[in-house]
Amino acid sequence: MTNSELNRFKDKAFQGFGIFCTFIGLIVLAIFLINILIDGLGRIDWEFLNNLPSRRAHRAGIYTAWIGTLWILVLSSVVAFPLGIAAGVYLEEYGKKSRIANFLEVNISNLAGVPSIIYGLLGLEIFGRVFGLGGSLLTGALTLALLMLPIIIVTTREAIKAVPRSIRDASFALGASKWQTIWFQVLPASFGGILTGVILALSRAVGEAAPLIVIGALAYVPFAPTSPLDEFTVLPIQIFNWISRPQAAFATNAAAAIIILLLITFILNGIAVYLRNKWQKKVKW
Amino acid sequence: MLHFKLNNLATAALVLLVAACGPKYNEDADFSLKGDISIDGSSTVYPITEAVAEEYRYEAPNVRTTIGVSGSGGGFKKFSRGEIDISNASRSIKDEEAATAKENGLDFVELSVAYDGLTIVVNPENNWVKDITVAELKKIWEPAAQNKITHWNQVRPEWPNREIHLYGAGVESGTYDYFTEAIVGKSHASRGDYTASEDDNVLVQGVSTDVNALGFFGYAYYEENKAKLKAIPVSDEDESNGKGAILPSLQTIKDGSYAPLSRPLFIYINSAAAQKPAVVKFVDFYFENAAKLSREVGFIPLPDAKYTEEHQKFKTFVAESAGKPAKQDNVAPGNIGH
Repeated sequence: MTNSELNRFKDKAFQGFGIFCTFIGLIVLAIFLINILIDGLGRIDWEFLNNLPSRRAHRAGIYTAWIGTLWILVLSSVVAFPLGIAAGVYLEEYGKKSRIANFLEVNISNLAGVPSIIYGLLGLEIFGRVFGLGGSLLTGALTLALLMLPIIIVTTREAIKAVPRSIRDASFALGASKWQTIWFQVLPASFGGILTGVILALSRAVGEAAPLIVIGALAYVPFAPTSPLDEFTVLPIQIFNWISRPQAAFATNAAAAIIILLLITFILNGIAVYLRNKWQKKVKW
Repeated sequence: MLHFKLNNLATAALVLLVAACGPKYNEDADFSLKGDISIDGSSTVYPITEAVAEEYRYEAPNVRTTIGVSGSGGGFKKFSRGEIDISNASRSIKDEEAATAKENGLDFVELSVAYDGLTIVVNPENNWVKDITVAELKKIWEPAAQNKITHWNQVRPEWPNREIHLYGAGVESGTYDYFTEAIVGKSHASRGDYTASEDDNVLVQGVSTDVNALGFFGYAYYEENKAKLKAIPVSDEDESNGKGAILPSLQTIKDGSYAPLSRPLFIYINSAAAQKPAVVKFVDFYFENAAKLSREVGFIPLPDAKYTEEHQKFKTFVAESAGKPAKQDNVAPGNIGH
């Protein structure tokens, strides 16, 4: 075998290996999804979405849980979205070389890796006890907003970095101020990327149970929350509770609740993807 | 054809409407009773309290009951700060937790509501273990056994020279506290090299697929998975409460002969809560229905006399608390937002 033949063989082998690796992930995911769908799909009906918690598996529903999940997602995005983007813009456009920015940068990257239960403890003490918000939706949303912030900040910075220098120069050359350049050129151009970060952050937040249990989110809530100060439960807590019950019928309920949770995630992500695509079409350079 | 379909639709809509018309309240339902009841604590006790709260909706429709599952320890922490009314617990309150409650001006009462039998299980294909003693269990689980007791024949010579694989409750659970207290003799002390999970279904899964396994968990999990597991009779070598090795069952757990692994489950009520009519009625309702409801969710009811006794204890506590100031000003923040 000549040298070039050997290289070509290596090339092919690596390609095969890469395909194999890609498929392992996909196949495992497919197995999980199919399993969950087989277990849970038959359980989903109007009553399941509309019933309150119950000791009888066939009568238990997720009404208060999915409403709680929606509340939490909307509230925490409302908090995390503007804060995260503003912080990203500051770090990338204004505070680029200062000591403080450096210090902040290291800490934000570290925050992205902190286990979620730590955020729960922080939220319990600061929002729950010091601010006196208790185990309310607002405490939960603020805690999850903290969890989402580092992800949004990091992706916002990456997206802003990807905007070509020439766009900025052109804007400045036409006499635009820094603020005008950011607001009318940089942000619109990078918004697609920023939305990707928001998708990632939301998807992470929607599956969290641990920090919410710590701040005092409940398992049994027989009423839908009507204000941000109400107590609440979310789907992951309900799933976690059901999966650890002795009766097998509760496992079916858990599978059904997982499908609904996935559905909520897909819908939210779908909206974000749609917005992103719409935005990216507008951006031409 | 279209007509037929419409007719069908109308029927379906009617059925839905009737179903949506909501719950049928009890005849003696008290609509005038209002308020919030906040409950938190052990996830083991949760199903019983959930069942009671579910039925209480039909008894007092305007009372909002919420239940959390932050564990026996987490529940007591909030309970002693006065943040919740009732604490579910799978173990008794610890001295330091009780002290915190006292500091906050809160008196409390412990009431047992049902039994659970910690069941020692092996794989159904395990044909060598016929019974086990508490001393042998201690030998297996005590801290000194770590990395030393690794084979079945080290526990009892006639058992085979096979590896022993252990499965048990996670160290944060009240179940773990109770088991170590009863077997090792010291709460929270055991070997660390075993498969631990807070989710008993994981333990069931483990034991049912591992021939060399030995595990322990709540009776309900054994009862639901009888076909996949084999329960082992336990002997405490004390003839006064039943002779020889005893299998956990409704009867043996209830009469206490399944010692020492039959354990009571509790609810705790504090003196501030005992002054709220909604809470008092809830606890009364709890004791009227605990026997039926605890069985329904997989636990073992107390003897009837014991329920009457515990209920009486609660009534006395309510009477005692009535005179005391509610001490609401002393309650830590965190309870607003109701």
